[in-house]
Amino acid sequence: MSLLEIKNLTVEFETSSGLFRAVDGVSLSCDKGEILSIVGESGSGKSVSMLAVMGLLPWTAKITADRMAFDGKDLLKMSPRQRRKIIGKDIAMIFQEPMSSLNPCFTVGYQLGETLRFHMGLGRAARRQRSIELLRLVGIPAPEDRLSNYPHQMSGGMSQRVMIAMALACNPKLLIADEPTTALDVTIQAQILDLLVRLQKEHGMALVLITHDMGVVAETAERVQVQYAGQKVEEQPVKELFRDPHHPYTAALLSSLPERATVGGRLPSIPGVVPGQHDRPTGCLFSPRCTFATDLCRRSVTLQPPSLGSALCNYPLVGGVPQNHPGKTAALAEERA
Amino acid sequence: MSEPVLQGKDLSRFYSVKRGMFKPEAIVRALNGVTFELHSGKTLAVVGESGCGKSTLARLVTMIEDPSAGSLLIDGKPAHVGDKSLRSLVQIVFQNPYGSLNPRQKVGTILEEPLVINTRDDAATRRRKVEEMMTKVGLRPEHYDRYPHMFSGGQRQRIAIARALMLRPKVLVLDEPVSALDLSIQAQVLNLLMDLQKEMGLAYLFISHGLSVVRHIADEVMVMYLGRPVEMGTAESVFAHPKHPYTAALLSATPMADPEGKRERIQLQGELPSPLKPPAGCPFNPRCWRATEECRQAMPPLEGDEAQQFACYHPL
Repeated sequence: MSLLEIKNLTVEFETSSGLFRAVDGVSLSCDKGEILSIVGESGSGKSVSMLAVMGLLPWTAKITADRMAFDGKDLLKMSPRQRRKIIGKDIAMIFQEPMSSLNPCFTVGYQLGETLRFHMGLGRAARRQRSIELLRLVGIPAPEDRLSNYPHQMSGGMSQRVMIAMALACNPKLLIADEPTTALDVTIQAQILDLLVRLQKEHGMALVLITHDMGVVAETAERVQVQYAGQKVEEQPVKELFRDPHHPYTAALLSSLPERATVGGRLPSIPGVVPGQHDRPTGCLFSPRCTFATDLCRRSVTLQPPSLGSALCNYPLVGGVPQNHPGKTAALAEERA
Repeated sequence: MSEPVLQGKDLSRFYSVKRGMFKPEAIVRALNGVTFELHSGKTLAVVGESGCGKSTLARLVTMIEDPSAGSLLIDGKPAHVGDKSLRSLVQIVFQNPYGSLNPRQKVGTILEEPLVINTRDDAATRRRKVEEMMTKVGLRPEHYDRYPHMFSGGQRQRIAIARALMLRPKVLVLDEPVSALDLSIQAQVLNLLMDLQKEMGLAYLFISHGLSVVRHIADEVMVMYLGRPVEMGTAESVFAHPKHPYTAALLSATPMADPEGKRERIQLQGELPSPLKPPAGCPFNPRCWRATEECRQAMPPLEGDEAQQFACYHPL
């Protein structure tokens, strides 16, 4: 049984111009001790679906799901009070902006201790000792002195380390990292990613890594879920995804990476933009930008079996060639041969 | 070789920082002795982490500030903040297209403003020039009367690029032009920039921390650390054989989108030191794994051949 199991999650927001669907029927499962990565551009609903798991969405959000369970417990049927016992203890989350996710009015020691007091009921001395232990774990030098520091006295990398220490305070079973390194410099990003993977291995946690950086995915994730405009379009183990993407969107995204193109040459780009609230197409959401789209794609879309990456596509790619496509299969296969 | 369109000699910029009533003012050496040349039709990429002086360099080159020491030649003439004649030759595109366009102005007004201020064109000519430029950057002329909020991030960046090109500059400073954009849009904007460079013979000063983008677009690379260039050279040689340990660390820290190519990552300890108290000798010595007593004593000079120069006593 998987640790986190979500089936058909939909999140809608009531806006002044009508209902906006941020997450559209996303299913997800994450096993114990696994690194799952959710990749997508802005507006793909990757953060919103995880915020829904944490219960951190504002009241304007309407959340519906067939199932949303953590460790066998149904999160949807739980009272807020029961849920707060799990959130922050068994499921922890770290956010993109380390500088703004710490409270500027309190010291690092106080903010770390708060979690320990609330969930673990530790006394003052025990809290201090555990805080020092945690800060040492995430690689902060001289942790005793850091406890009395305020967030503004620390750099971005240090703040993110404190956030990670706070998330790890109660030995969570699942850690959700929402773009944990986007705001950081490259060398600090490498330090933080290595730290997350090391801690994940040592503690046997499950890690859900939300990111838009294909490089980060390739280097850390074990399984990858690609989202587009609120839908899950593909899911594969990381090596297979980079070797043979089945959804045209994943394929186009990978080939538009500068490092995969010839230096100085034109980058293969995806025409158009991600559909917004008002220009949402019917059928396949990627069809207006897809090179393989047909009339069928504009009407409906089929979910492929897991052997084809659970791709949400009528003509999933195999080796770059769309299958059962009414014009292009034979032509492209010949070209490749 | 033709005359360089942009030439910096020993450019430095120091800022003084107040530290309270009873302490003397401290000096931040944001930029410390940068020498470079940029020829038309070429791209010089400036790479480094935050606080390395990339943006200060952009402020000097765009004549927003005068250098504290050293000299800047634009098109062979010395540049100063007050000198209006050179201003139209250097234009800038900023990182965030959501913040750099006035939300109360129509696209047409935004694009016409440089012409209104700097030329004597009449309204009809201005409109014609604006529409030409809009087509050139991939916008439609009917977008003339729209406001910035009606456009997506990628289109806004196209507007910002069009605005920078209205006066036909020779140098374009690109301050992280694609890092705020989505991956699929990044490729579109990079393609546009490469096309425009070919068509108009522009010189780009490309400031970025995304090394994979730099590798794709740059002819020459300057790697900076704490206000000093630590390595310079053609993109080819710097990326293939980094000589300075910092360049090597930066390259190995950049995640590659290839799960099967496992690489040895150089783990840098610690963080960028405070620019108020830079370490003695080579600024990189506290984080460098090859540092010796020599590195703590004196700053190594920038040496090397035409293709690649580096400032290190113990190059790789």
